Amino acid sequence: MAAAMGRSVRDASTGVLDYFVLGGRAVRFAFTRPIYARDTLIQMDRIGVGSLPIVLLTGLFTGMVLALQSSVELTKFGADIYIGNLVGASMVRELGPVLCSLMVAGRAASGIAAELGSMRVTEQIDALQSFGTDPIKKLVTPRLIAALIVLPLLTMIADVIGIMGGLIVSVLRIGITSDAYMLGVLNTLAESGFVLGFFPKDFVSGLVKPFVFGGIIALTASYYGLNTRGGTEGVGIAATRAVVTSSVLILGVDYFITQLMLVVLRPGL
Amino acid sequence: MSAAHEYLEAMQQELRDDEHRDPAAAPAEAVIRLEDVSLAFGDLVVLDGVSLEARKGETLMVAGESGSGKSTILKLIMRLLVPDAGRVSVLGEDVAHLTFQEALDVRRQIGMVFQNAALFDSLTIYENIAYPLRENTELDEPEIERTVRERLDFVDLDPDQVMTQLPSQLSGGMRKRVGIARAIATDPRIVLYDEPTSGLDPLTVGTINALIRKLQRELAVTSILVTHDVRAGFRVASRVNLLRDGHIVFEGPPERMIAEQDDYIRAFLS
Repeated sequence: MAAAMGRSVRDASTGVLDYFVLGGRAVRFAFTRPIYARDTLIQMDRIGVGSLPIVLLTGLFTGMVLALQSSVELTKFGADIYIGNLVGASMVRELGPVLCSLMVAGRAASGIAAELGSMRVTEQIDALQSFGTDPIKKLVTPRLIAALIVLPLLTMIADVIGIMGGLIVSVLRIGITSDAYMLGVLNTLAESGFVLGFFPKDFVSGLVKPFVFGGIIALTASYYGLNTRGGTEGVGIAATRAVVTSSVLILGVDYFITQLMLVVLRPGL
Repeated sequence: MSAAHEYLEAMQQELRDDEHRDPAAAPAEAVIRLEDVSLAFGDLVVLDGVSLEARKGETLMVAGESGSGKSTILKLIMRLLVPDAGRVSVLGEDVAHLTFQEALDVRRQIGMVFQNAALFDSLTIYENIAYPLRENTELDEPEIERTVRERLDFVDLDPDQVMTQLPSQLSGGMRKRVGIARAIATDPRIVLYDEPTSGLDPLTVGTINALIRKLQRELAVTSILVTHDVRAGFRVASRVNLLRDGHIVFEGPPERMIAEQDDYIRAFLS
């Protein structure tokens, strides 16, 4: 019993170490030749363009529901004019980055893990190595770079669409004017202050998160994919673990980034 | 006369009738050498003090039951695994002590034919064969296309017919041939075959064997053939190493192996 527990702890420690070694090498290879630019563009298309429909829908309905739910309470106090503030702040600071990243994790992490896992069990990764190609450089680095670039872009789109969703509900269902709603959104973003005198701090904070989450999704999915064992069943297990682990990591890391951003961007709070 | 004895006699006769075989070929320098190599995965001992060598221009067959450690030997030669003890040298380099980059350089001298061809399933046949050329040479696109066409011709596939197809659109035998074409794309000095004839019909086995011979004859590569299909392997190999439970239990030419009186060897051959 004790031996089994010891083995589990040792395996878990080795796994965490391997995860960070994978991350370190994938980052290092981004700055060494050859650069697999075409693979990176393909991955940007798969992760970014491929995830766009689900991100648009998630952003739209999240903004709409947020406006609807908040109107119920705010109307009681005659404060429904602040719906724009609430939707704007919620979408840009938290819901846009987190929900967008969770959606991409569900879609792209499973895809990456299944693809790499399938390559592992069919010896395609051994074949890559036999041609002198480092599989981390060829397979992981392009996915990592792609995720780091497209997650912030997708989040910006989700933020805008979410705010638009809130606007639709506010104007058509709650009856506040579009000017009042948008003024609330802009006021909220301006209140937090600006980075470099131009970029709202909330906006910057909201883009740091998806950048980090993009790294988590690409590395976690690649880690499970490359370590797939046991044929097609193993591929399924790798895909499931990639989604679960990256989702949990996104939610956990989100707290720490929020805390860090409050210290860095709003030292007075 | 028992059925097993008749079967072994038939194998012996096949080898005698084979005009391509030259059992008296002069020994050459060793290109690949394993010396007292041991490897275990946890409690499972896969190789225990294995020594063998493949000489320049020969085809060495490594036979054994499933799980006897045959494919592990290929992975050690490719330095995809590192031995717990002993020495693996390829082209004079002790691969276990190479840096990662040096190991990649050694791998570029080796072509590997995988059990299920291991073609990149998202790439066309052309892209599959062009891949090692793009990775390891400075050839421009017209030269790459010329080389791909040559290699497909070499393995008796019509370039115009298969180049634009995906691996999933080819039969198992055609995929194996594309795997061989890809393995020899960069003119490697060594070719490793991992069960090249498994899962193929007898006619296609004959085609693959003919290709392995053609490679040896025309390109003079050193080959290691890992297989449990001894009858097919004997047609192309000049020497055989038989693995059992991580040990080499026989080393010598196929003719001598067939004549062996050891119970295990006779049972394995039958």
